[in-house]
Amino acid sequence: MHMSDALLSPAVGGSFWAGSFGLITYCANRLKDRVDDRIVPLMGVLGAFVFSAQMINFTIPGTGSSGHISGAMLLAILLGPYAGFIVISSVLIIQCLFFGDGGLLALGCNIWNLGLYPCFVAYPLVYRPIAGTGASSRRIMIASVLGVVVGLELGAFSVVVQTVLSGRSELPFKAFVAAMLPIHLAIGLVEGLVTAGIINYVRKAMPGFLEGRSLSDMRGTMKGVVIAFAVMALLTGGVLSWFASTHPDGLEWSVERVYGERELPVDGGVITRWFRDIQEALTILPDYDIPADSGGQADTVEGYPSPDVGTSLSGVVGALMVGIVILFIGMGIRHRRLKG
Amino acid sequence: MTSFDKAYFNLGYIDTLSYGDSFVHRLDPRVKLIVTIVFIVSVVSFPKYEILRLIPFFLFPVFMMTAGNIPSGFVLKRMLFVSPFVIMTGIFNPILDSKTFHLVSGLTISAGWVSFFSIMLRFLLTVSSALLLIATTSFYGVCHALNSLGLPRAFVIQMVFLYRYTFVLAGEAMRMVRGVTIRSSNRGMGMGTFVNLLGVLFLRTMKRSEAIYQAMCSRGFDGEVRLLRSLRIRLNDLAFAIISITLFIIFRWFDIPGYIGGLVIR
Amino acid sequence: MSHHIVEFKDVCFSYPDGTEALRGVSFRITHGEAVGIIGANGAGKSTLLFHMNGCLMPSSGTVLIGEFELNKKTRADIRKRVGLVFQNPDDQLFMPTVYEDVAFGPLNLGLSEDVVRARVEEALATVGCYRLKDRPPHHLSMGQRRAVSIAAVIAMQPDILVMDEPSADLDPRSRRQLISLLKGFTHTKIIASHDLDLIMDTCTRCIVLSDGRITADGSAEEILMDEGLLVENGLELPLSLKYRCMQQEGAFHD
Ligand SMILES: Nc1ncnc2c1ncn2[C@@H]1O[C@H](COP(=O)(O)OP(=O)(O)O)[C@@H](O)[C@H]1O
Ligand SMILES: [Mg+2]
Repeated sequence: MHMSDALLSPAVGGSFWAGSFGLITYCANRLKDRVDDRIVPLMGVLGAFVFSAQMINFTIPGTGSSGHISGAMLLAILLGPYAGFIVISSVLIIQCLFFGDGGLLALGCNIWNLGLYPCFVAYPLVYRPIAGTGASSRRIMIASVLGVVVGLELGAFSVVVQTVLSGRSELPFKAFVAAMLPIHLAIGLVEGLVTAGIINYVRKAMPGFLEGRSLSDMRGTMKGVVIAFAVMALLTGGVLSWFASTHPDGLEWSVERVYGERELPVDGGVITRWFRDIQEALTILPDYDIPADSGGQADTVEGYPSPDVGTSLSGVVGALMVGIVILFIGMGIRHRRLKG
Repeated sequence: MTSFDKAYFNLGYIDTLSYGDSFVHRLDPRVKLIVTIVFIVSVVSFPKYEILRLIPFFLFPVFMMTAGNIPSGFVLKRMLFVSPFVIMTGIFNPILDSKTFHLVSGLTISAGWVSFFSIMLRFLLTVSSALLLIATTSFYGVCHALNSLGLPRAFVIQMVFLYRYTFVLAGEAMRMVRGVTIRSSNRGMGMGTFVNLLGVLFLRTMKRSEAIYQAMCSRGFDGEVRLLRSLRIRLNDLAFAIISITLFIIFRWFDIPGYIGGLVIR
Repeated sequence: MSHHIVEFKDVCFSYPDGTEALRGVSFRITHGEAVGIIGANGAGKSTLLFHMNGCLMPSSGTVLIGEFELNKKTRADIRKRVGLVFQNPDDQLFMPTVYEDVAFGPLNLGLSEDVVRARVEEALATVGCYRLKDRPPHHLSMGQRRAVSIAAVIAMQPDILVMDEPSADLDPRSRRQLISLLKGFTHTKIIASHDLDLIMDTCTRCIVLSDGRITADGSAEEILMDEGLLVENGLELPLSLKYRCMQQEGAFHD
C-alpha cells in the first residue's frame, strides 16, 4: 500500500525523506567495498526484472482476483540487504514518477515502509534464520512467507502511523490498524509463495548463485540493522515530539487513543524543546506557528475550527475567480503553442 | 489488451513525452525537481481544513502541462484513477468529523467533507505535478539531477541501468505474457505459470547482466562509472525557479482567493 | 608494428557446464589484415572472439596480443588495444544517451574531458550518427544501435577491431551502410559472422570454424567459393556467388 502526498504533513514526509535517503546513501557507500564489480550492472538489471514482474498480473488462487508482486524480499534474497534496498528504492522512485503511486514527498515514507522493513528487518531477522543454509525448499518456503508477511505488516503499520501523525485523515488509529493488517496478511501470503517459488527455481537453475553470495557482502548486516533501528527510533521520537509541539489537531486524538491520555510522554522533553526552537527560528509556514508562550495547545483545540480557514463567502468567490483565471492562462498558452 | 500491455505502453508513452521539446522540457532538471518539491511541500503544509487557498496552486500544473505541450487528456485520465487508498483513508472524514463550518449566515458545511475535499485537492495537485515532472523531463535528466544534488553515484548509475533495461526486459516479458495469455484463452495467468515465467525471465536477466558486464569491461570498466558534466544552469532556469517559488510563497502566505473575493464583493 | 598481432596457440576452452567450445585453436593474424571467422551457429565463433580481450580466459593454450600474453595482469592493457563490438548492441549501449555511451570508454582511459569530447564527436561522425547524440539508446533503430556501438568502440581508438555478427538483425540498407563503414577502417579487423556476403565484401582472409576446431584457413575468395568445404561446415555459398552461378547456368542452358 503506497503512502500518498495527500495524506501527509510536511514534517512527517520530510522526516522520512531524510531517513530513507540517508539510508540509501549509507547503503551505496557500503557497496563501495564490494567484492565483485558485477553487481553494478546486476543491480540495475535485476531492478528492471522486478519492475517488469510488477507489471504482470496473475490470478490469486481461490479468489478469482488478480495481484502482482512488490519484490522487495525477492531482491533482498537475491542481492543481499544493502543492494536490495537500493534497488527496491529505485523501483519505488520510478513507480512514483511514472505511475503516480504515492507522490514525491511520500517517497521517503514509501521507501521506508516497502523497502527498509523487508530488507533490514524481515530479511536478516526472519528469512535468514529460518532459511538457514538454503538447502531445503520447504524451509525456503516457510522463510519467504513469514519474511514477506512480517515485512509487509510492519510496512502497513508504518503507513497507519504516518497517516495518523500527519492528521489529514480522521481514521482512528485502532480501526485503521485493524483494517490494514489483515489485508496485508493476505497479500503477504501470496507474495511469500511467489517469492519462494522463484527462489526455488533459481536454486535449481543456477546452483551456487544464492549460496555463493559472492555478490552481496553480508558482513556487518547486524550492525546495519542496529543502525537502522536507531535511526528509526530517533525519527519516530523526533516526529512525535515535533507534532506534540506544533500540530495539536490530528495528533491530539490519535495520541489519546495510542497512549490513553492527552499528552505525549515525550512532550516537554529535550527533543521537543529542540525542535520547537528550530521551528521558531525557521517559521516559514505561518500555520505552523505556535503561540509565543508555548502552553497554548489546548487553546488551539478549543478555538477550532479557526476562523481563517477561508470558508467565508468572499473566499469562495475569490477561489472560483482564481480557478477561472488559471484555466484561461492554460488555454492561452496552449493556443499560442498551437499557433506558433 | 492485458494489464501488462497497458502498463508497458504507458511507460513508453511517458517516455516519449519526456523527450519532447518545449520551454519546460529545456529547463534544467535540477531546477524542475527542486521547484516541484517546493510546490508539493507548500501544498501539503496547509492545515487539514483548507480548500480555497489550494486553488491558486493549480496554476503550476496547468502551466507545466500547457507550456510543456502535454496532452491534457493524459493528465486528466491519470487523475481519474484516484488512488483507492487515498479515498479509503479520506472518506471516513465526513463520517467521523461532525464539526460544522458556517459558510454564510444560515449556511453550514460539515467539516469532515471540507477535509475530505482538501485531501482530494492535495491528491490532484501533488500527483499531477509529479507526473508532469517526468513527462517534461527525461528520466535520465532526473538521474543527473539527483546525482548533482548529492545522491551517491552508485545509486544513480543503478537507476540509469534499471530504466534502460526495463525497456529491454519488459519487452521480453510482454512477449512471454502474450504467449501465455493466448494459450490460456484469457483465463488469466495462474500463480504456477507466473512463477515459471518469472524464473525463465530471471535466467535471461542474469545472462543479460553478464553480457553487459563483459561489454563494460571491454571498454575499460574498473568498478567506477564516470560521467561527463553535462548540466548548466541558464537564465531561463533561474527565472523559472525564482518566479515559481515566489508565487508559491505568495500563495502559501497570503489568502489570495479571500483578497480577490473581498474586492469583488465590496 | 608488431603490437597489432593476434596469435592463438592451441587454445582450448570449456564452459563451466562442460561444453567444449574451443578444442585446440591456433592461428596468427598480422597487422592490417581483415579476417572473417565463419562457421555455423554454435561453432564457437563468439567464444573465440571473447578470448581476444580476456572476457574469457583459455582453459589451456595461450593467446598473444602484440608481444603480451593474455592473463589477468595484462588484460586491462589488452582491452585498450582490442576493441570488441558485441553481437547484441543492447548489451553494449547501457548509458543514458548515445553521447554518454560513446564517452564511457574514453573516460575510462583517463583522458581529459576535452579529449573525450573530441573523440566522441569524431567517432559519431565516422559512423554517421552525430545527429543522434542526445537520443537514449532505446529510441534508436537496430541499425543505428549497431552503428553507435561501433562508434563506442572506435572512440577508444583500438589497434584491433573485433566484431561479433555485426550484420545480425539489420535491414538491407543498414547492412550496406555497415559494409561501407567497415571497408573504410584500416585497423586490423576480425569479423565473426555467418553472413558470408558481408565477409566476402570486407575481408581478405577467412578462418572456418566447426565444432570448436579450425577446419580451413586461407584467402577469403578461395574459401568462400569452395561450396563443398562450406557445406561440410554447415554453411552455404554467399548469395551473391550463388546468384552468379545461377546466371551462368541459366546462360548455359539457353
Ligand atoms: N555461457 C555458456 N555456457 C555454456 N555453454 C555455452 C555458453 N555460451 C555458449 N555455449 C556453447 O558453446 C558453443 C559455442 O558457442 P558460441 O561461441 O556462442 O557459438 P557461435 O558464436 O559460433 O554461434 C555452443 O555449443 C554453445 O551452446
Ligand atoms: Mg555467436
